[in-house]
Amino acid sequence: MREADAKGPAIELRGVTKRFVSPSGKSFTALRDLDLTVAAGEFCAVVGPTGCGKSTTLALISGLEPPSVGTIRVFGEPVRSVGRSVGYVFQRDAVFPWKSVLDNVAMGPRLRGADTEKANIQAREWIARVGLAGFELYYPHQLSGGMRKRVALAQTLINQPRILLMDEPFSALDVQTRALMENELLELWASTGASVVFVTHDLEEAIGLADRVVVITAGPGTVKGTYRVDLPRPRNIAEVRFQPRFIEIYEEIWKDLRDEVLVSYERSKHLVAS
Amino acid sequence: MAQTNTVADDLDVARARAYQRRRRLVLILRFALAVFIVGSWEMTTRVGCHGPDSATCVVDPFFFGQPSGIWSQLVSWVQKGTAQGPLWEQIAVTLEETVLGFAIGVILGIIFGVALGRNRLLSDVLGPYINVLNAMPRIVLGSIFAIALGLDIQSKVALAVVLVFFVVFFNAFQGVREVDRDLLANARILGASQSQLSRHVILPSALSWILASLHTSFGFALVGAIVGEYLGARKGIGLMIATAQGTFNANGVFAAMFILAVLAIIAEALIMRLENFLIKWRPNAINNPATM
Repeated sequence: MREADAKGPAIELRGVTKRFVSPSGKSFTALRDLDLTVAAGEFCAVVGPTGCGKSTTLALISGLEPPSVGTIRVFGEPVRSVGRSVGYVFQRDAVFPWKSVLDNVAMGPRLRGADTEKANIQAREWIARVGLAGFELYYPHQLSGGMRKRVALAQTLINQPRILLMDEPFSALDVQTRALMENELLELWASTGASVVFVTHDLEEAIGLADRVVVITAGPGTVKGTYRVDLPRPRNIAEVRFQPRFIEIYEEIWKDLRDEVLVSYERSKHLVAS
Repeated sequence: MAQTNTVADDLDVARARAYQRRRRLVLILRFALAVFIVGSWEMTTRVGCHGPDSATCVVDPFFFGQPSGIWSQLVSWVQKGTAQGPLWEQIAVTLEETVLGFAIGVILGIIFGVALGRNRLLSDVLGPYINVLNAMPRIVLGSIFAIALGLDIQSKVALAVVLVFFVVFFNAFQGVREVDRDLLANARILGASQSQLSRHVILPSALSWILASLHTSFGFALVGAIVGEYLGARKGIGLMIATAQGTFNANGVFAAMFILAVLAIIAEALIMRLENFLIKWRPNAINNPATM
């Protein structure tokens, strides 16, 4: 395992273009000529305006969607289908409403062939780690949005992914819950050492969490710039944003991001007008 | 603190009492409505009659029946049996046809619905044919079944199956198509194979659609069995209706209808139980007492 890490980056996208063809035959380019590398154990945040293909990037890395052009490698291996080393936390609730918390979390190991008893023991551990002990037999609709997100986290992390993809996972949460979840995510991540690609449109969240922030242009998306975030760890999300260095980085990245947000905004105005 | 508690308790008690009062009012009004309808039916068939000619009544009981006549018809069926044997035997035959047709139709509908819902090619190839079959008045197939399968139970079961199948099929198909894409993607990431996707995501998700179709499709199964019997049978409630019609016995037709309604209501209650049992994970929507 160490050997693979030493060999090269965890995730590598080279010249990736993704086109979608709508049923009416129109083609739409979501990503154009995108290059992105993420080192092993790195926390990389991807920011960009709405509709710039951030989520598409994650779908490509996970193997859910194939690229139209270009190559994607995970630990040096080209991605051909959904890989076993990948975990994915979705923007919307993707926990299974007909399964209890325990069954939801135990699903990964069970689908991968573990027997029920072992899977359940493991699941109970993870449920406790995300702070939901005692809620094992609840159904998702009985939980709050924040609690469902914890279930989703446990469900993903129980498979011990070496690549963790997160698609605006906390965007639906209220501000307090969100800061809490972000801190917990950092703690959990520190103990797993996974490489993270965290998509968000919130620059503050991106800088607070990540080692590196990648700005994507308004669609079709391509990399506009990457910025190293040299804030010391461990960080407290609620406090880190008051550090002078945080504000410096924020201003630097915002200059880039603002133009793209404006482009995207102008376009959406035209769409509404036409 | 204790004081506010008692105030809250009082409010709760008052609310519970108001709820009880409303419930009682609803029940009384319901009963009154039934009495009004049945009563006015009985009245209008008795008022204005001159001599033996029933056509002089406000409503002619010869054509439109009469609640008291329907009741005595039911009593005579229970006590003396029907023209083709004891009443319970007719009910048993019709129920057997209905339940068999229902079960087979539901199982086939789910299998085909899920298969076509999951397989684009299959659904593209078979789609138009299924639409044509669905557009046809399938009840006419009853005649074919009566010719091909004879006067026994098979022809009725076949008709019930044909009627039930399409209802369940379309719901299962739609249910599979409506599965949340994020849930599918999540299951794939977590490591699900194609068959595991079906079992853990697609079937449970389509289940609420399928269960919703059971309510209508049991009614269709009953229609299939009755019409099948009507077209040619040796036993069953449909035959009783046909016989009553043949002897201009309007009360007999209504009495048979009453029996069918009771059967349908019992079946509906059982299906409701099944639904509540199978989707207990859903928020309270289905446990609402409002549906009583």
